[in-house]
Amino acid sequence: MIWNWEFAAEALPLLLRGFGNTLIATVAGTVIAAILGLVIAVAIRGLPRSVNWIVRLLQAFIRNTPLVVQLLFIYYLFAGIPGLVDVPALVIGIIVIGVHYATYMSESYRAGIDAVPQGQREAAIALSLPPVRTFRDVILPQALRATIPSLGNYAVAMFKDTPFLFAISVIELVTTAQQFGAAKFAYTEAFTLAGLIFLAASYPTSLLIQRLERRLATY
Amino acid sequence: MTENLTSVLDFLPQLWEGIQVTLILTLAGALGAMIIALVLGLSMTSNHAWLRIPARIIVEFFRGTSLLVQLFWLFYVLPLLGVELDPMSCGIGALALNYGAYSAEVVRSSILTVARGQWEAAIALSLSPARRMIRIIFPQAWALMIPSLATLLIQLLKGTAVVSFITLQDLTDKINQLRMSTNDTFFSFTVGLIIYFVIAWILQESMNLLERRATARLGRTRPNSRTERRLARRLARGEGGRHDAETAGTDPNGAGGPGSSGGPTGGPHGAGRGVSP
Repeated sequence: MIWNWEFAAEALPLLLRGFGNTLIATVAGTVIAAILGLVIAVAIRGLPRSVNWIVRLLQAFIRNTPLVVQLLFIYYLFAGIPGLVDVPALVIGIIVIGVHYATYMSESYRAGIDAVPQGQREAAIALSLPPVRTFRDVILPQALRATIPSLGNYAVAMFKDTPFLFAISVIELVTTAQQFGAAKFAYTEAFTLAGLIFLAASYPTSLLIQRLERRLATY
Repeated sequence: MTENLTSVLDFLPQLWEGIQVTLILTLAGALGAMIIALVLGLSMTSNHAWLRIPARIIVEFFRGTSLLVQLFWLFYVLPLLGVELDPMSCGIGALALNYGAYSAEVVRSSILTVARGQWEAAIALSLSPARRMIRIIFPQAWALMIPSLATLLIQLLKGTAVVSFITLQDLTDKINQLRMSTNDTFFSFTVGLIIYFVIAWILQESMNLLERRATARLGRTRPNSRTERRLARRLARGEGGRHDAETAGTDPNGAGGPGSSGGPTGGPHGAGRGVSP
């Protein structure tokens, strides 16, 4: 009576279709966050002090305020601008999630760049490499090695935050589960399956990242 | 702009109600999460597999399924199983379970990070396991875990925003109401985000205070604390020499004078006292 296999079998294909959007949001969000995070980290290091506090304040502001509120903010903001009304909610969600996680990832990049031994910088100066080449060919490759596992962890965290897209009515996994549950009054099956799908996807990934972390560990 | 300001002033009591709901969720959720984290975290450091393995499974389960799924499960599924919870308890419960699982991992790793010698010394003094944990290991692990717990506390605060999906009127919900009454998205959401930011800042500062107290109780100073960084900057400016620092302290701008003489003299004075007996 509590668990109905018929409902479960009916819900599963729908849920997996919703899961497609979850995956799209995660992958696209991760790409945006990984690139923008690096840009923020480099900007904070490279810009003069008089300007970089603005970037840092903005970064702290985005990092310390709820993703849900940011999603709603941008969603309603776009709805009020004539040219942007037709932007799909999924695209807005991807942008907001990407920017939100970029502020986290920029911290990992910063830590990775700081962890490169000072001797590497000094050696590059001794070889009179120009600053841009020093950064691109000496510092960054070593910094990335230390950063990649934590970027992976943030990607998993982002994956678990994609249900927040429910707020702006993107049809992803949890929204599908909620709609199915409401239509058939089969909340038990829908939400339990949704949870299991999340667990089945995120747990193996985090194990993989742990292995990657051990393999890439240098110091 | 002035219309917006007057409408915010009219809306202030409602906004305050929303802030209260958010704060209650944050603090009660954090308390629940801490209890869950201590129980599960300590179980995960146990030598007994029958304690360790179930704790590990529970932690991985609640970390692996999303917060929103857990919240909806408590809100929609539990009533079908015959357990009626009001939305507030659902919100607190989901936040406590989800962030409790994350914190349990922090508790576990901090306890295992406490220096091996401390464990061995406690065993050599034949302290009972409970006493060893309460008096020796936990106070040191506590100082280690506070920074990570502070991060999780901010995450929890941000997580409370989802309770507006289960009909609770928290700060997020009130911001949305403000948006509808003023018809100015940019203004109302900026106000809301700033309120969240200020709450996060207050939480962060109080956790810093807690960390300072916890480390001071161990007779240590907080690593990379604000005073330490200030001291390092001053030494770097004075090129290291204490004579330089002290003579330099008198001649530059007057505002820096009392602070700079207080900083460096605090160090050598304390060190001198440490050496003399």
